Amino acid sequence: MAMSREDIYTEVEEVLIDALGVDDDEVTPQATLMGDLGAESIDFLDIVFRLEKAFDVKIPREELFPAENIISNPEYIDNGKVTEKGLEVFKEQMPHTDFSAFAADPDVNKIADLFTVDSVVNFIELKLK
Amino acid sequence: MRWIWIDKFLEFNSGKNAVSLKNVTLAEEHLHDHFPGFPVMPECLMIEAMAQTAGILCGEARNFKEKVILAKVKKAVFFHFVRPGDTITLHAEIESIAPEAASTVGKIMRGDTLIAEISLMFSHIDNNISGLEFPEENFVFTDMFNSLLTGFVDEKSKTEQA
Repeated sequence: MAMSREDIYTEVEEVLIDALGVDDDEVTPQATLMGDLGAESIDFLDIVFRLEKAFDVKIPREELFPAENIISNPEYIDNGKVTEKGLEVFKEQMPHTDFSAFAADPDVNKIADLFTVDSVVNFIELKLK
Repeated sequence: MRWIWIDKFLEFNSGKNAVSLKNVTLAEEHLHDHFPGFPVMPECLMIEAMAQTAGILCGEARNFKEKVILAKVKKAVFFHFVRPGDTITLHAEIESIAPEAASTVGKIMRGDTLIAEISLMFSHIDNNISGLEFPEENFVFTDMFNSLLTGFVDEKSKTEQA
């Protein structure tokens, strides 16, 4: 039986509360994992493990959070900005992420803001289809 | 010198779970100060003992090829003091393991009494911290750790690693 988006959200919220030690009112769809919820690199793996368990799916880490592989490629980064080509790769690899705001000012330092609670919910929704 | 906080393994099921044992004694000098007149094993050292038990379990699961470093204490809840003369057993189980990291759940028991619940995350640092390089040799799993596994893991896999 397919899970509704609401069910997925509730489960993701639970995962983030446990993994990051945050309160339930801090987890909002727009909240960024790093900026708002204070996630560090090891927390991303913790989140991946917990999501795998909660939804009974296999998640290669670079599928959900692929940014690291992209920014290490000089072709995709120019002068602190993500290039057109880089943005294409981002969009292709992260169909679960909303790039509308980022595309206007693709500053490398803002990549962290792409990882929102909503993007995780989108990812799971696509994964369960 | 390494501070080893477990005395031996009682069970070791590769890639699954392990049980280690520690005898607590007043010969451990820190207990004289923690606390004067009321010696108890510090909780942080129980976390370390669990990290060693679970860390060896995760290391062995990948043939000691990874440098397994404690990265996160997911949970640590303590229910009772551990005093000199106590024997505690540390029960660790692998919950998830991936190329970059592993997560474990565990409990510490004194006989049938639950002393603590400790869940940890380990990073396999060569695969996980991009851009940083670490020494070639595996500085995590030294001879002292390996000797704890004598009789549980066949010698061949250990010499392969060396």
